[in-house]
Amino acid sequence: MSLFDRFKNGLTKTRDFMTASFNRMAAGFGVFDDDMLDELEMTLIQADCGIAASTEAVEAIREHIRRTGDASREGVLRVLHESLASMLHEKKLEVEKDQLTIYLMVGVNGTGKTTTSAKLAQRAKKEGRRVMMAAADTFRAAAVEQLKVWGERTQTAVIAHETGSDPAAVVFDAIGAAKARHTELLLVDTAGRLHTKKNLMEELAKIRRVIDREAPDAHVETLLVIDATTGQNAIIQARAFHEATRVTGIALTKLDGSAKGGVAVAMARETGLPLCLAGLGEGADDLSDFDRDLFLQALLPEA
Amino acid sequence: MALFESLSSRLSRVADAMRGKSRVTEKDIKDMMREIRLALLEADVNYQVVKDLADEIGEKARGAEVMESLTPGQQVVKIVHEALVSILGTEEKLAVSPSGFTVIMLYGLQGTGKTTTAAKLALHLKDRGKKPILVSVDVHRPAAQEQLKILAGQVGVEYYIEPQEKNAARLALAGRERARYMMCDTMIVDTAGRMTVDQDLMDELRAINKAVLPDERLLIVDAMIGQEAVEIARSFDAEIGLDGFIMTKLDGDARGGAALSIRRMTGKPIKMIGTGEKVGDLEIFHPDRLASRILGMGDVLTLIEKASEALDEKQAQKTLERLKKNTFTMQDMLEQLEQIQGMGSMKEMLSMVPGLGSKLGNVDVDEKGLLKTRAIIQSMTVRERENPKLLNASRRRRIAAGSGAEVSDVNRVVRQYDDMVKMMKQFGMFGQGGKRRRPRMPFGNMGF
Repeated sequence: MSLFDRFKNGLTKTRDFMTASFNRMAAGFGVFDDDMLDELEMTLIQADCGIAASTEAVEAIREHIRRTGDASREGVLRVLHESLASMLHEKKLEVEKDQLTIYLMVGVNGTGKTTTSAKLAQRAKKEGRRVMMAAADTFRAAAVEQLKVWGERTQTAVIAHETGSDPAAVVFDAIGAAKARHTELLLVDTAGRLHTKKNLMEELAKIRRVIDREAPDAHVETLLVIDATTGQNAIIQARAFHEATRVTGIALTKLDGSAKGGVAVAMARETGLPLCLAGLGEGADDLSDFDRDLFLQALLPEA
Repeated sequence: MALFESLSSRLSRVADAMRGKSRVTEKDIKDMMREIRLALLEADVNYQVVKDLADEIGEKARGAEVMESLTPGQQVVKIVHEALVSILGTEEKLAVSPSGFTVIMLYGLQGTGKTTTAAKLALHLKDRGKKPILVSVDVHRPAAQEQLKILAGQVGVEYYIEPQEKNAARLALAGRERARYMMCDTMIVDTAGRMTVDQDLMDELRAINKAVLPDERLLIVDAMIGQEAVEIARSFDAEIGLDGFIMTKLDGDARGGAALSIRRMTGKPIKMIGTGEKVGDLEIFHPDRLASRILGMGDVLTLIEKASEALDEKQAQKTLERLKKNTFTMQDMLEQLEQIQGMGSMKEMLSMVPGLGSKLGNVDVDEKGLLKTRAIIQSMTVRERENPKLLNASRRRRIAAGSGAEVSDVNRVVRQYDDMVKMMKQFGMFGQGGKRRRPRMPFGNMGF
């Protein structure tokens, strides 16, 4: 299956819904009037795009119609695509050879940090990189075991302490081990935490400091893992995690069927953070680089 | 447009524009309805529900009361709040089977907190004299059964797991055997989550459902979920059957609009809410609190609860005594300050005050002010604290130097103390009747 088809699969529902409402809107004379644009705004909101992004996109369309007089379905779709594209940024993650790269995986509970870590490990191994994982979720019961199972499945070394120990210490040890074994990618899987818990966010900031101190030369990416079914709270999450750990990219998980997916637009617009990864299924191979144009093509109806 | 503004501040903007007008026009109402729609959509309430609600509320708002009210904004907020409360319905108890053996099945998407909720539920039932058993039929997620076992140990209940068994329905049946053998009266079945509502998941759940015939099938819903919530609930209801739902992660700042949507669109009740990561963090749901939360209007009741948790009863009694005897000193003020700080960050607390929440966005609450006040009092001698009248200019200069503050800051603290004493004197009169009364915290005077 091509990458586009996989994005398309993941966003089937939203796309069908968007297409249906587009067709309904444009059924009359094939052109968009004011009421239809209002309806379009609501359609975008229903796809979790958020009010601000939806309003901005529709305003761009109004402006386009005012300037050119073109209110055709094709014209509207093109401007919509452009407008949403201007809000979304993508970034490709690379693991360089013979150099330490560290991915710090952060996010609220249940977004799929551990699974995403495992998938990233698998991917880097396929590219021939030396990979290690650090079980820095020392809070949730059996989280360490879960990562170890993934370690076995992907044949990746897992550095772990006991449940309840200091996660920063796990990271400290893991960096030491990574240096000794010339690891090229160290994946740090942290415990899920609600961004409103101040002490837990400080714990994360501490992990970040340990990384900066112990591996000053390493290339560090802090990846915020967001569940694609999340609503507008994702924006607040992104801001809070960014403040605590300087997020460098977003991994959008569970983008396969049940998600509306529009939250990617809302979040990117409000935070300016780039999207890096898209989780398009449950298999270990179902993690892909986020591709803005494929994402939008899959989200929006065909012209 | 500010993001995540509360309904009341949204509406007060519209109301401000209306002020001075002799009558409320249809356009004013329309503007208000738009603000209501936006507030609810930002809370992730389902679009259809928002639309219906706005129509209903619009009808009511056109009524004479609002039109003639001096504070139409507040009137409308009240109408919206009431509408939400009535949709959310009342708290409903968990089903208990007349057979004496109750089966509760939990299901939902991945990462919503099924396993944690299962353990919380077990503790909740155990605390109410039941003998629950936790049965994990999650044959998919690595170490899921292990997690349930550990949690069962933490809450001190029976459990049944069988990591080698790959058939969930067989596992559920074996779990029931074990439950009977251990003389348990409630079996909580923790099922596997899926990323998406797919056929495999439904087939598996249907098989489990058929095997153990649950009395209560509860959907676990993450408070952060977006517009998809209703469809998810509907598909579970159609395929398996749904008796109610539990909303989790309400300890975050998600508004939880999905609760409203699911309740309205499926008619299924909210049974409990999850409010933390600890096994004790499962609570009875209060419709009025959730309604306020969805509207971004803060949560006074939670604030009060939090305050009473943090307040030391004895300390409060002591303050009361002193207050009665008019011997409230700087030392007492310091202790009060410390208690207030014990309740958590000021900003977090203030965000629970209705109408303040959204305004705090850009304001940085001066937590340092509190610290400074504390440092100043701590720089006083014991005698000075007992008798602030001693504080002459020279002493004040010394205290300022000792606490790294300016003399003007010291003056301010002394003034605050004087104000408090004055206020409390009036206050003290109430306490004379001998009734136990918790002294109120004069938040407003604490140096911020």
